[in-house]
Amino acid sequence: MSTDAHAGRMTEVSDKFGITPEDYMLPARHMINLLDPDGTLRPQDKQGTEPGHEYPLPSPARLMEAYSALVTGRRVNDQNSALVRQGRMAVYPSSHGQEACQVAAALCLEEGDWLFPTYRDTVAVLTKGVAPMEVMTSFRGEWHCGYDPKAYNCAPMATPLTTQLLHAVGVAHAAKLRGEDTVVVAMCGDGATSEGDFHEALNFAAVFNLPVIFFVQNNKYAISVPFSQQSAAPSLAHKAVGYGMAGERVDGNDLMALMAVMTRAVRLAREGNGPLLVEAHTYRMQAHTNADDDKRYREDAEVAEWKAKDPVIRIQSYLDDAGLLTEQATAEITEKAEAVAKTLRDGMNQDADTDPRELFEHVYSSKTPQMAEQQAMLADELAREEA
Amino acid sequence: MTTTTSRVNPNVSDATARAAAKAATENQPVTFGKALNTALADALTAEQSVVIFGEDVGTLGGVFRITDGLTARFGNERCFDTPLAESGIVGMAVGMAMNGMRPVIEMQFDAFAYPAFEQIASHVAKMRNRTQGRLPLPMVIRIPYAGGVGGVEHHCDSSEAYYAHTPGLKVFTPATVADAYLMLREAIDSEDPVVFFEPKKLYWSKEQVNLEELAAQYEAGKAAETEGKARIARAGSDATLITYGPSVSTCMQAAKVAAEEGISLEVIDIRTIVPFDDESVAASVRKTGRAIVVAEAQGFASVASEIVARVQERCFHSLAAPVLRVTGFDIPFPAPTLEKYNLPSVERILDTVDQLQWEA
Ligand SMILES: Cc1ncc(C[n+]2csc(CCOP(=O)(O)OP(=O)(O)O)c2C)c(N)n1
Ligand SMILES: [Mg+2]
Repeated sequence: MSTDAHAGRMTEVSDKFGITPEDYMLPARHMINLLDPDGTLRPQDKQGTEPGHEYPLPSPARLMEAYSALVTGRRVNDQNSALVRQGRMAVYPSSHGQEACQVAAALCLEEGDWLFPTYRDTVAVLTKGVAPMEVMTSFRGEWHCGYDPKAYNCAPMATPLTTQLLHAVGVAHAAKLRGEDTVVVAMCGDGATSEGDFHEALNFAAVFNLPVIFFVQNNKYAISVPFSQQSAAPSLAHKAVGYGMAGERVDGNDLMALMAVMTRAVRLAREGNGPLLVEAHTYRMQAHTNADDDKRYREDAEVAEWKAKDPVIRIQSYLDDAGLLTEQATAEITEKAEAVAKTLRDGMNQDADTDPRELFEHVYSSKTPQMAEQQAMLADELAREEA
Repeated sequence: MTTTTSRVNPNVSDATARAAAKAATENQPVTFGKALNTALADALTAEQSVVIFGEDVGTLGGVFRITDGLTARFGNERCFDTPLAESGIVGMAVGMAMNGMRPVIEMQFDAFAYPAFEQIASHVAKMRNRTQGRLPLPMVIRIPYAGGVGGVEHHCDSSEAYYAHTPGLKVFTPATVADAYLMLREAIDSEDPVVFFEPKKLYWSKEQVNLEELAAQYEAGKAAETEGKARIARAGSDATLITYGPSVSTCMQAAKVAAEEGISLEVIDIRTIVPFDDESVAASVRKTGRAIVVAEAQGFASVASEIVARVQERCFHSLAAPVLRVTGFDIPFPAPTLEKYNLPSVERILDTVDQLQWEA
């Protein structure tokens, strides 16, 4: 694609909104925020929207679906943290406080679309449809990712920061070459945006005009390092314009805003307008993982301030005021969440039965002679151990 | 051999002229680079999921012209330039392989593959394992490597050990024109990711090879497999030179000189570092009782070291002398005017042969 073609594409989409390409690519002046912390729908002129940055409200049915996933997500986060304390899970990076982002990242996608999550994004993976015990396989200390990425169109949760963003670009590129209209959501954290692969992935996606939504959860910390030490940019969403793509900021604790922004981003991408960068402002309410001590680098008061902005309470209040949370609906949603928690408790309380010999099975399509020898040696040791 | 004339007789029919022209090309010596280029073209023809990309591989045909003409012939969707970013190239290839493609990507030079190392070591090598075999990554990373071409800093590294040390990767390095063709076809058709090391100094080397015939054999499944199959490049009885890639030709020269001096050297071209053909190597050393491993890479913690250890473990009772090595020195690859002091030379190999404790 030529430079002119890139510019032409941007002009075409911005023309639709009657704004300049620059105004289309730059995030709106304020972050998109539809609900106040107490669940009140903000007046239209206070939602942060502008021409070209306008977002249709999600339907009540869609909001209820998202709310149900949110309740399950919160329940799963807390269940997993408990399982770690009981020694039934090896490690868990909780997304407590970020569940609205997680739910929106998965629910904005349609059948056939792909999700590229990180270690933080178990709730997104769960919402994408992966079976609960399969999602948590790696956190219980197993050697593999636990699920079939192709069966769910969900990549393994990535640990090396932002490496997965390039894989997302590749999946979108392959689909485009075959004429498929697959959209891909690629997730990462605020700290991760400092990595080189973040830059390379955004640049490749823009140059090849691929339908990838880069979804950054800015939870203000990378383990102990605060956001101010990661970037001097006006916002992470502003980085989009440097690549020739559109950026947007959204309140990451506002499920309604997230659903609105992400759904529209997916639509724009699917229509061939190229990639988008969405930065969600949220907060990591708990330590980085159970192994981390967040008292060493942040104040309780700061955490308390964010507790008042909790994403679950916010949407719950809204739905309640709207008369959508009938007793029956609430009971069903709770039951669903409890069922997933029980699946995890029951599953984690059973010891994984892993055959160490399997460690040699999937390194290559067929074992090298040397690996076959090593596997036989291990098998022999195991046999002697059992005897 | 078909006899050909350089001029086409205007009296013969077009068909005869075409046949003559074809015969002429068939018998023309073929370069190593052309064999690679043909393998890529044939793979693009044979398999719709093959895509080629990298830096300057499109319009230009690559800095070494290995992808010459492919974009013109197959279109920009099958062979294209990317932004200048090696991690991006490999990372995007991972995603494309996850989604049904067979990417064949080019790293411009050995040392410029290092930015991609994280993608290669953490994902290319491990995705199949991490997903219990559900996400195989059939892809080829082509890396022009090694010295002997007067290249400047960062253009002559022998980096094969980094990759050979990483479980999940296969590491191929052809040393003949026929192998350049066959091994690249095999690499592209492999279900496993292959790091394909092309000895730069061989790109312009020529051999009498009929590529069309080779292609037909390969596609009919009649070409002998190269993966995990070392090749006896020269048969001999007194000592074995175990080598690969750019050092094979040096070893062949050394064996020729040695023969004139009455010493019969066997030369084994191991072809694929991973998987490694222990059997053929050990069989040769058991027969000759003496062995030297020759490789351009610096010797410390190298592929050569690994081969020495494996030979020693398997052939101890057949050995008449310690297994020795001729490798590059443990220094950064030197400047063009000085590379000859570092590269394994015929003289250094022959000097080492002399040290194999021959009985008086
Ligand atoms: C390439 C790489 N470097 C370092 C790490 C170790 N590490 C794991 S998570 C993390 C912090 C990431 O912070 P951020 O991107 O903000 O995501 P968050 O954990 O806040 O969700 C670090 C440094 C890693 N996983 N990968
Ligand atoms: Mg963070």
